Amino acid sequence: MIRLSVNGVARTADPTGAESLLTVLREQLGLPGAKNACEQGECGSCTVIMDGELVCSCLVLAADADGTEVRTVEGVASADAIDAVQEALLDAGGVQCGFCTPGIVVAARHLFATKPDPTEDEIREALAGNICRCTGYGSIVRALAALAAETP
Amino acid sequence: METLLPRDLDEALAAIAADPEATVLAGGTDLMVQVNLQGLRPARVIAIRRIPELREWVGRFIGAAVTHRRLEIGPIKALAEAARTVGSPQIRSAGTIGGNLGTSSPAGDTLPFLAAADAEIVLRSRTGERVLPWDQFITGPKRNARRPDELIVGVRLPEHLPARQAFAKVGVRNAMVIAITSCCVIRDEDGTTRVALGSVGPTPIRARQAEEMISAETRPSEAARAEFARLVAAEVRPITDHRSTAEYRRHASGVIARRLLERVLP
Repeated sequence: MIRLSVNGVARTADPTGAESLLTVLREQLGLPGAKNACEQGECGSCTVIMDGELVCSCLVLAADADGTEVRTVEGVASADAIDAVQEALLDAGGVQCGFCTPGIVVAARHLFATKPDPTEDEIREALAGNICRCTGYGSIVRALAALAAETP
Repeated sequence: METLLPRDLDEALAAIAADPEATVLAGGTDLMVQVNLQGLRPARVIAIRRIPELREWVGRFIGAAVTHRRLEIGPIKALAEAARTVGSPQIRSAGTIGGNLGTSSPAGDTLPFLAAADAEIVLRSRTGERVLPWDQFITGPKRNARRPDELIVGVRLPEHLPARQAFAKVGVRNAMVIAITSCCVIRDEDGTTRVALGSVGPTPIRARQAEEMISAETRPSEAARAEFARLVAAEVRPITDHRSTAEYRRHASGVIARRLLERVLP
């Protein structure tokens, strides 16, 4: 049995073997936002924030997430409005098939939390671990650069 | 599968003494790939990433659980440069310097720095501590001298570490890439130069002849720099694999070693 905080809510889960945090989020905790794709930390579609750090949840042994604070894409928007990062991606056409989008949103949220006014190079470096097959990244980077420009 | 979460180093050492067959888990960036894709199912895992003693970084001692992210924003120039080339932000906030040593991959990105710096590896078991020079610790590709009942506690750097140091890596893109060749050059004020390379031999390699030649040059001429590159290329021991050819690795090793030398010259 593990206890963890997910999006501010105390949760318990019961990983019985070598499951990853990703598997537990999706299959035990009803949070399918983080996506399962490469399972080797290459694609970033499973990105979550754990204890303030951006991580691939597929590479976190669920049992080792005991006692941590996890934030997933489900915890990004508020109850009545989507987050500014999500809004910016929609406005710039930064979402096509959408599979990578949860990971991109979480990585971008983490970037803006640590660096409110990133340069384009910093945006590209911050997203270096998130693969998108559709957009060619241009519209994603433009979306986040526009958001950075709005930061006073 | 049983996962142990020891709260401090003593608990962790007791756990590994009780079961030397147990698998040690730090950041998970190597181990979990084996679990997810190769069906690895360790009977018992000892998870060490949150052990306070292993997270310490005090002066010359860097704890085994210090992440690449912390190295990247830390004060040691070439080590920070090397850490920044590891994976992606996600990988850097999980992977650790102790994990790089535990895995002992020839392509471990922090290893050329540790070799060039003449770092020592601190190991501890319930019965005592061992401190091994890096080249006695790393014994081959993915092989090292850690005994089953020991944990890698951290890395000890020499008291005097010259400020003139640089690291570079060759790969197909900036992020998420395993080195085709990597190199670290450290040069002292008196000209003493140390150069180490990764991914071009079974372990990190020090190019000793190149070091000796260039250390004698107080202001290396064009000819001396070219000779330095030639000697480095001659001393590496690359193989051809799916990432590159031995010929290209040899050539690129000479080229980046020379560029790094020029970066550390006054």
